[in-house]
Amino acid sequence: MSFYGVELSSRLLLGTARYLSPAILAEAIKASGAEVVTVSLRRESGGERAGQSFWSLVRALGVRVLPNTAGCHSVKEAVTTAHMARELFDTTWIKLEVIGDADTLQPDVFGLVEAARILSEDGFEVFPYTTEDLVVADRLVEAGCRVLMPWGAPIGSARGLNNVYGLKSLRAHFPDIPLVVDAGLGVPSHAAAAMELGYDAVLLNTAVAEAGDPVAMARAFALAVEAGRTAYLAQPLEPRDMAAPSTPTIGKAALGD
Amino acid sequence: MLAPWCERATTDAAVATMGAASIEWWSQHFPGLVRNGSLVVVQSRDSADLARFAERTDHFEWIDAERIAALEPDLAGRYRRALFFPDEAHLDPRRALATLVERLAERGVAIRFGVDLLPDAAPGDAVVDCRGFAARDALSDLRGVRGEMVMVRCRDIALARPIRMLHPRIPLYIVPRGDGLFMIGATMIESERRGPVSVRSAVELLNAAYALHPAFGEAEVVELGADLRPAFADNLPQVRREGRVLRANGLFRHGFLLAPALARQVADTLRMETYDADIPERRRA
Repeated sequence: MSFYGVELSSRLLLGTARYLSPAILAEAIKASGAEVVTVSLRRESGGERAGQSFWSLVRALGVRVLPNTAGCHSVKEAVTTAHMARELFDTTWIKLEVIGDADTLQPDVFGLVEAARILSEDGFEVFPYTTEDLVVADRLVEAGCRVLMPWGAPIGSARGLNNVYGLKSLRAHFPDIPLVVDAGLGVPSHAAAAMELGYDAVLLNTAVAEAGDPVAMARAFALAVEAGRTAYLAQPLEPRDMAAPSTPTIGKAALGD
Repeated sequence: MLAPWCERATTDAAVATMGAASIEWWSQHFPGLVRNGSLVVVQSRDSADLARFAERTDHFEWIDAERIAALEPDLAGRYRRALFFPDEAHLDPRRALATLVERLAERGVAIRFGVDLLPDAAPGDAVVDCRGFAARDALSDLRGVRGEMVMVRCRDIALARPIRMLHPRIPLYIVPRGDGLFMIGATMIESERRGPVSVRSAVELLNAAYALHPAFGEAEVVELGADLRPAFADNLPQVRREGRVLRANGLFRHGFLLAPALARQVADTLRMETYDADIPERRRA
């Protein structure tokens, strides 16, 4: 799997917020095998370089940092935060979030497309946090995005895949674009389900960070992602309405009345 | 707020153990300690969070609306269920510090404020460096975690104990400080900015207080405070020795909760070393 030409072996991406301590975060990342972690600039730093201590701890983990624009509610905020991220982390990657509704944290897809275009033209490699809407996804690709990150469910809701049909359609519509289910996953089976749909990876934070044992949960998600991906490649059965006997019935001895 | 059992929801078990001992210490040394317990509530749509909080903590009772009303009459009818931690306590940190200063003065300890002195330059056989985040020059792995709080005065509501309101994004607690004063806290941001409280944080804290009880809508904002909590990577305190300097730091958001336990650790270390120095055979062993 590759994102913008960068080859990765782990299909699990983790967020770095809400852990009990940076020490537990480090252990969880190690247990997950994740090679990419997201870091929120705006909320964790107060919008300045003041988050350096925390970011240094994250950098020391030896993983690739995908800075995000979490907490941005406008195109201008998101673009400014992306520029700050590029300077601080020396990366052109940016996970783009433009929040449209403060309560559900639903993405503002109109602002998202606009910000994605501005940033792509400026040399950023954009990972947009979006819905499963096909038309929006088309616009994001037109704007220069080469990775799409549709939500499974609202951020932190732990509801899993709210619209399996929509996510399947997106996969079918964009066979060559890396697709990452981002947000809303609560338990490892949600991650496995996303991978079984043929998604390239999943990104999650709260489900691990706020688990009773974040390190064990990180490991559980890693196993689920591997299981889901392996199952997808093994070409699973499609559901059917009728029973399909696994052994032949013709010629079987009639033992009843 | 001295809430070792509530803290268990988001911290290491050691915090609860040390914190419980600290409550006893404060009760013996600070007459202003209030041991009325604490209450944990949620808005109805977040009820799952209360159950989850209960799973991760102990030393509490599930209480119903009637009991909530008995404990906190001004919250009557607002919450159907709550968690009551009867053994928790609260104090006014500024008054507590002033009391400690007085008690030390009574014992002949000189305390000098406003003096610049680095630990290595301090006289004496042993130096205890407990400068908090200011000790960053000596502790490179110490980081600052920004915390912000709001003090309000509200005459329309009375609370006998700290109330913690769980919320997926804006968890908060309100601690009654007497005379209509309430401390609303606190944000926790991985930032070392020491500047004033941001509008976002103030809005979130005040909104959450208003959600807890609409009476806070008419409260006067008395103070907005922000500073850095000193923390190591595991968010637990440590005592480290460097020559004759003992560095006690990393209390994170548990300054008053864990300071007595940490101080005891420092004292034990110093006593043990004095003892060891007196008996060379023991030192060699």
